[in-house]
Parts: sequence; structure tokens; C-alpha cells
Amino acid sequence: MLEVKSKTQIKVKKQWFDKDNRQLTLLSAPAILYLIIFAYLPMFGLVLAFKNYRYDLGILGSEWVGFKNFTFFFTSQDAWRVTRNTLGLNALFIITGTAFSTTLALLMFEVKKRFCIKAYQTILIMPNFISWVVAGYMLYAFLNPQIGFINKTLEMYSKEGVMWYSNAKLWPVILTYCNIWKNCGLSSIIYYGALMAIDNELFEAAELDGANKLQKMWHISIAEIAPVILTMTILSLGNIFRADFGLFYQLTRDSSTLYETTDVIDTYIFRALKTYGDIGTSSAIGFFQSVVGFIVILCANGIVRKLNKNAALF
Amino acid sequence: MRRNKESWLIHLIIILFCIPCVAAFLIVVSVSLSKEKEILKNGYSFLPRNLDFTSYRYVFENSGQIIRSYFVTGLSTLMGTMLSVLLMAMLAYSLSRQNFKLRTPLSFMVFFTMLFSGGLVPSYILVTQYLHLADTFLILLLSGLINAWHVILLKTFFKSIESALIESAKIDGASEYRILFEIVMPVARPAIATIALLGSLARWNDWFTCMLYIRNEHLLTLQYLLQRIMLNAEMLKSGMINIPAGLEKAIKVPEETVRMAMVVIATGPMLFVFPFFQKYFVKGIMVGSVK
Repeated sequence: MLEVKSKTQIKVKKQWFDKDNRQLTLLSAPAILYLIIFAYLPMFGLVLAFKNYRYDLGILGSEWVGFKNFTFFFTSQDAWRVTRNTLGLNALFIITGTAFSTTLALLMFEVKKRFCIKAYQTILIMPNFISWVVAGYMLYAFLNPQIGFINKTLEMYSKEGVMWYSNAKLWPVILTYCNIWKNCGLSSIIYYGALMAIDNELFEAAELDGANKLQKMWHISIAEIAPVILTMTILSLGNIFRADFGLFYQLTRDSSTLYETTDVIDTYIFRALKTYGDIGTSSAIGFFQSVVGFIVILCANGIVRKLNKNAALF
Repeated sequence: MRRNKESWLIHLIIILFCIPCVAAFLIVVSVSLSKEKEILKNGYSFLPRNLDFTSYRYVFENSGQIIRSYFVTGLSTLMGTMLSVLLMAMLAYSLSRQNFKLRTPLSFMVFFTMLFSGGLVPSYILVTQYLHLADTFLILLLSGLINAWHVILLKTFFKSIESALIESAKIDGASEYRILFEIVMPVARPAIATIALLGSLARWNDWFTCMLYIRNEHLLTLQYLLQRIMLNAEMLKSGMINIPAGLEKAIKVPEETVRMAMVVIATGPMLFVFPFFQKYFVKGIMVGSVK
């Protein structure tokens, strides 16, 4: 009887956490530890938004101030400006980016010589490999008010040079252009891959029915990759509260005269934190960005889910 | 005939897209090879009027800072990527095993970081005030070590490996460690290569970590050095070793050309290497976006 009992006990123990599970836990431990420290711990730091943080008192010791940091930020002009810039410019980027990428992909699809396609794609993807710092230098080569290429060329034709780095109105266009320049190559290759995956039979059948090139493009190519484009677009919109810091900081050379149209939530937080040492305001905006951003992603994902269950993030 | 005309138009439009890409690189290279006086007088142009290597000579004669940054960047890229790939593969493997009891909660933990984060300020306070990692080499390594997207990519790939392979190893009594390192990783080489390449590129081009956390001039990464020089070419002078005392102010830095020369030197390797890995790079992004 005793023997049977101990055998059952051993069996139960084995089922719960056997050697394999122990080993797997050990394997996953370092990475999980990293995530706990660097990803999850900061989430608790969001409480900073409600405190008046002082370095000598630490997070727990600092005084609780409720919504004071938030009211300070939201009653200033800045709140509207940075939110508008972030949302507006990101939306602009997504729309133009998608339009240009798909156009490029469709055009590429019509090219038959493999050598040409490879060459074009290699060239188009090059801007993706450099950092925004380098891109900032390149832009500077063109836009420098005294010796930049554009102003010098205008001078040659006896036209007035433009004060590029002082005129905020021009920058939504400049930034959009640079965003396309840097990212479209890669996106177009992805869409091109999607086009290549379309069943050739569809095209052959259309040929037999007498469709011309444009008709084939519209009814087959675009129709087939539309779901992919749509879901990618909506998921991008889910990240609309997060800006590409490098783009906004390096291209503008952090020039304060351009803040009116180029200052976004991320650059504002950075400046508040590093330049002004204003923990209260920067953490309040950060809180705002994290929470609202989270809600937006959930909504975007919900929409994508309704359209195409497989494409949703979860 | 009609076909040819259409085809030319398509090529033309694509070439129009390609021109800005080439132009940007061309202008940087060309200015770096020009005389400083020319540039100050006639502006940036696409062809160097007088071929001149002064800027490069200047950079090499004062290369202290650049060599340091090359070293720091190279080391952090190499070590950071290796550590990152190792840890992520270990995690992804565990998450791909059906019999792992913690699979669901841990997968969620990884995935959730893509949706929500504490943001910049709490991370900054954590790293500088509590972990005391500011101004250390360690923070360059640890920054962005675990990337949720890459983990999921690896996990999906591992899952697609034939279970028969793993099952037979299990029957032979292999530990999970052996299975991972001796069976799964070799098979998953394409996915690992993709992750390693994406990670290397990100680390080589990183300037943000430096900008946030590092003040020590011996720990600057290449891209951050470039950023500093953009604002102040005098920065380069700190690398000078052979100036007689007192003459520092008298020596003028050929700013514009030297800046561009530095861009070429800092970016060159990356641009040269990457077209070869274009295939992996694109594949990685594609799989990632398909999820």
C-alpha cells in the first residue's frame, strides 16, 4: 500500500514542473528579467506624472501633486501645437507613404528585366540604411541658406534664396518629402513581394478576356494587395501618437524657429526632460502619450480585426 | 511599338524616384572631395571643381576622436548584437515549445511591450538614478537588447521546424539546452541571420542612447559624434595631438568639407556591406509585417 501511494505522489509531481520545464524556464529567464527591468519597471514610473519629483527624494519620497502637472501642460499653448503636429504629420506621412510605395511597387511590377529591378531596388533602399543624422547632413547640403545647393542654384538664375531653416511653413512638406525618401524604397519592396505572390492564372485569365494593362492593374493587382495595404495602414495609424524622433530632431537641427510646425510630442518631452530638467511636465505628457497611444492601438487593432481576422495584432 | 513607349515611361518614372536617392549620396561625397574655399564661395555642388583630399587628410591627422568612436561603435554593435541574438533565441525557443507551462503568460508579457510602454521619462530616471548606468559602456550594450518583434519572429520560425526533429532528440535523452543549440539554431540560421543584421544596423546607426545617457567623450558612438560635429566642427579639434601649444586657435578647421568627409567615413562601411544583405533585410521586414 505504501509503495503504491509513493508512486502516485511521484507521478503527480512529475506532471507539474518536470526537468524540461525547468530548463525552458532557465532559458527564458535572462530575457524576461531584462523585460521586467527595462520595460515593465518604467511602466510603474508613470506615477511620476502625478508627483513633484525631486532627485534627492526619489520616486516614492516625492510629493504627490495630483493633476497639477497635467493642468500646467494642457493650459499652455504647447499642448495643442505638439499634438496637432504629431497627429497631422504622422497622418500625412502614412497617406503619402502608402500612395508612393504602392505606385512604385505597381510600376516595378511592370518591369520585366530582372537586372533592372534589382538595380532599382538596391538604389531605392539605400536611404534606409543611413541614420537620420546623416540624412540631416544631406538635407543641410541642399538647404543651407548661404551655400546650399538649392539657394546657390536660385542665385544663378538671379532669384532670391529661401531662408529654409527659419521658415516654419515649408517644413511639413520638407519633412514629408524626407520621410518618403527614406522609407518608400523598403515599403515598395514589401508591396512588390505581395504583388509577386498573386496567382499568375488571374492575369492570364484577364488577358484572355481582353483586359488591357490598366484594367489588369486595377482589377487584379490593386484588388489583391488592397487588404494588405489596408491593414498595414490601419496598424500604422495605431502608432499615430508616436513620432520618429530622429526624423523630427535631426532634419530640423532642433531649430526653435521651426517648432511651430515641427515640434512633436516626442521632441517636446525630450526637450522638457534634458534641456529644462522639467520632470513634472515631461512625465505628464509621456503619460498622456502612453495611455492615449495604447487606446488608439487597441481601436486600430479592433478595426483591423473586423476586416481581416488574421492580420490583426491580436 | 506601343509596348516600348509604355515601358520607357515606366522606367523613366522609376528613375525619377531613384534620382533623389543617388543625388543625396553624390553631393556628400563630392563636397568631401572639394576645396573648402570653393565650397564657401560657390556652394555645395554635385561635382568637385578641384579634386582635393584636404578634408580627408585633416580627418586622418586628427583621427583620435574618430578612431575612438569607431572602436566604441564597433564593439557595442558586435557584442550587443551577439548578446541580443543569444538571449532572444533562448526566449523564443522556450516560447515555441508546446510543453512549456509558462508559455502563454510569458508570450503575453513579450507582446504587451509592443502596445504599451512607460515612455522616455521613467526609463531615463530608472537608468540614471536607480541603475546608475549613465556614462557607461554597459548602457550601450543593454539599450534595446530584447526586441519583442524579433522575439515573435524567431518564435514563429522555431515553431515551423519539424517536430519530428525535436522529438527524436528528446527520445535520445537530449536536454532542452542541447536541442536549442545543436539542432534548432543551426536549422534556423536564416531567421537568426536576419535578426542579427537588423540588430547590427540599428546599433551601428544609434545616436539616441548616447544623446540621452553619455557625456564622457571616450564613449561616443559614431553617429552621435557626427551629430555633435554638425553643430560644432570645433569638436574635431579635440582629437588633435600634434599642435604646438598656443597655436590651437590659429588653425582653422575646413568645416564644411570635413563634415562631409566624416559622413563618408562614418557611413561608408554600412553602405558597402548592406546591399549584399539586402535579401535578408527585406525578408525580415516582410515576415515581420505579415506577423
